[in-house]
Amino acid sequence: MPDERESRPGGEHAGGPGDGLSRPTIHASDGRGSAVSVAKTPADAPQLQIGAKHPRRAEVTAAALLVLAVLAFAGFGAVYIQGASNPWLGGTLGAGMLFFGAGTVVWGKYLMPRGPFEEERHLMAADPQQRADLVADFASRGRVAVQRRGFLTKLLAAGGAVMGVVLAFPLLRSLGPKPGLTLYTTKWKKGSYLTTIYNQRLHVDDVAVGGIVTVFPEDDVGSAVSQTVLIRYQSGGYAPTPFPERQSWGPHGYLAFSKVCTHAGCPVSLWEKQLGKLVCPCHQSMFIVADAAEPVFGPAPRPLPQLPLYVDSKGYLRAQGGFDEPIGPGFWSRGAGPQ
Amino acid sequence: MSAQMSERAYAWVDDRLAISRGGRKLLDKIFPDHWSFMIGEIALYSFLVLVVTGIFLTLYYVPSGSDTVYHGAYAPLVGQKMSISYASTLDLSFGVRAGLLMRQAHHWAADIFIGSIVVHMLRVFFTGAYRKPREINWIVGATLLTLAIFNGFLGYSLPDDLISGTGLRIGFSILESIPIVGQFLAVWLFGGNYPGTAAIIPRFFIIHVLILPLVIIGLISAHLAMIIRHKHTQFPGNGAREDNVVGSPLWPVYAAKAQGFFFLTTGITFLLGAFVQINPIWLYGPYEPYKVSYAVQPDWYMGWLDGALRVMPAWEIHLPGHMIPNAFFPGILLPGLTFGAIYAYPFIEAKLTGDRREHHLLDRPRDHPIRTSIGASVFAFYFVMFGASATDVLANYLHLDLNYVLVFFRYVTVVVPLLVLAIAYKLCKELQGTDGGGRRKRANVVMRSATGAYSTVPVAPHPGDVQAALEPVAIDEVELVPVLVNGGNGDGTTAPPADGDGEHVYRIPREYR
Repeated sequence: MPDERESRPGGEHAGGPGDGLSRPTIHASDGRGSAVSVAKTPADAPQLQIGAKHPRRAEVTAAALLVLAVLAFAGFGAVYIQGASNPWLGGTLGAGMLFFGAGTVVWGKYLMPRGPFEEERHLMAADPQQRADLVADFASRGRVAVQRRGFLTKLLAAGGAVMGVVLAFPLLRSLGPKPGLTLYTTKWKKGSYLTTIYNQRLHVDDVAVGGIVTVFPEDDVGSAVSQTVLIRYQSGGYAPTPFPERQSWGPHGYLAFSKVCTHAGCPVSLWEKQLGKLVCPCHQSMFIVADAAEPVFGPAPRPLPQLPLYVDSKGYLRAQGGFDEPIGPGFWSRGAGPQ
Repeated sequence: MSAQMSERAYAWVDDRLAISRGGRKLLDKIFPDHWSFMIGEIALYSFLVLVVTGIFLTLYYVPSGSDTVYHGAYAPLVGQKMSISYASTLDLSFGVRAGLLMRQAHHWAADIFIGSIVVHMLRVFFTGAYRKPREINWIVGATLLTLAIFNGFLGYSLPDDLISGTGLRIGFSILESIPIVGQFLAVWLFGGNYPGTAAIIPRFFIIHVLILPLVIIGLISAHLAMIIRHKHTQFPGNGAREDNVVGSPLWPVYAAKAQGFFFLTTGITFLLGAFVQINPIWLYGPYEPYKVSYAVQPDWYMGWLDGALRVMPAWEIHLPGHMIPNAFFPGILLPGLTFGAIYAYPFIEAKLTGDRREHHLLDRPRDHPIRTSIGASVFAFYFVMFGASATDVLANYLHLDLNYVLVFFRYVTVVVPLLVLAIAYKLCKELQGTDGGGRRKRANVVMRSATGAYSTVPVAPHPGDVQAALEPVAIDEVELVPVLVNGGNGDGTTAPPADGDGEHVYRIPREYR
């Protein structure tokens, strides 16, 4: 397209006599001249004329918007004193700001110099000589300072390093205790009663088949860690396919699993009774209750740990012991035991 | 105050601080005009809204995880046990005049803040504004995005309602999943195994209202200082060159427009706070670690992480005695790679293209199909992730099996970015080949002369189509050689034609674009 190959207007630094103004113009909103320096432009240059075709109309528009803004702001004051509701308060305040802003934009866009203006831009890259001088000066003065002071320099570095390390103690280590046993254990132990959030011990007759209850050990009701779902899966008998040794863990069809999802720790709270699935509402992992809460879908990588139960002589549901593995989401040394 | 008095006052200050010396430059400073340059301004202005409304909220919010029994204005929760944080958030929403407005405006401003940062970042990416000498500012901007996301998460966690508490639980699990140090970091930050101590809310509060805002203010200042140092980038055309800036002067045009735009932003934020309910914590109830809601999504800017947690297959890495948990991959590795790639991109591009020159003129996305298609593809990936955070809502809404929806997203996560990559690349190429593609055609007016002869006259370009008459852009010497052979003087010579200002001005031939 050789016809488009033409020189650019305003190529010289603006402000010179006749600069750009007489050239064929390029800008879409043309007939206005090309970019000029704002400081050196004569007052009658087209760039300094206002942008509006109909200045009167623009002025009226800006005035109307600003009047509306004043009214809306005053309205905010009035409804505030009245103790009005949120829509009134926000409506008046927001509308006031909107009108205020729109009025100023109209003012700035149509009633101010329309430009375009330009200024010079210098490349960022530094002068190599200047840089070399500075670096040389820095190095030579530095050399004077550290010459034959190698030992001091090393001590300085050592001080900085030790300070850096010890400062991490109060900033980080003081925040809390070491994890210790807390990530591996819950408050469930041999003989713990299965207790509801209302501090009631559960009796073997309390839950109908298909029912679900969140239970805690008696000394840890409401706990984020010990929370456990109790499901009465059937009226009796339990033979989870992958774990034949767990047959005694589910008396009278009661199955108890840690409620903390093995994916990201949400409470696994949804019970799809028809399908026998526990669903985590956060990321939709699904666990088959009959298969010892084996995850069948979603991101959860491990089954929910199962709490072994028994029914005592009075008919209360109790735990045979704690969970046989750490509950909840994984962590680095989960398999290694407490450190 | 009369003009004389203000002049005297100014002289008093000027004699002591010598403002006039630098003030001249500031007054004349030119800002290029383009609508896309205002997106970053939205971020700045909504940050100011965040600071002002946030200060209001700190006057009433009480950061404490200790228990209390609610006796406030919201009847359905009266008598309930809850944390003091939650109760004070209810009180400032219902018991403090304009409190709900400030809270909702604060929340909306946070969503707008992060949204405008993301869109601003896309603008900077697709127009190549991150190139030398602006790589540092790109890094500062990307850091601002991470900090804004962090602080948004902390902020909506402070009310201690049921949804935000669940979010914290997931946050703990993600932190815990970091190999070697994760379990210590999580337990230390929370002051114990989840839910940690009652100190956790005050801890997050001070990070949210003091530490991160200070860092953000510092980085915003650096961001703006660098914009002034570099001067703003500009699109070619309208006399814009690498060595000038064309636009409106700071005083008075830009100042007026910026002030107006500031109030447009705040006005819309407060209107949203007035009429569009956001985070109605009184409907969620206080947090109890054994309770959870269904079909709940985090704030939009956490959506991609939530979606990634959902679509991640149930993999874990097991080593003897140790493991890398599932949540590590979507929760730590993905954002790490994301922001690592964002930080590295300007340097990778410079390395691959060998382009080490300074750039102050912006690119049109179509002229750089590889960059544009990569950006579009990556953005599509996060957009799919964002969509995946609504698997449960979509399944309910479309009456589909949740399993199908999840499997669909697992495939789409891979397929859509690849499709977008190919389509965006092709689209760029096609647009390059179509002169005037994407622009409005200039209409012709048909005239009939007195003698009955018809002629057509093109009308003036539409005011909106600033690009309609893109002028030829100077090509640097490096690129000139191949261009000149084909697009030179038409006779195979490579000498520049004698044009007005003696600069080499060529149109790149189509096959080289």
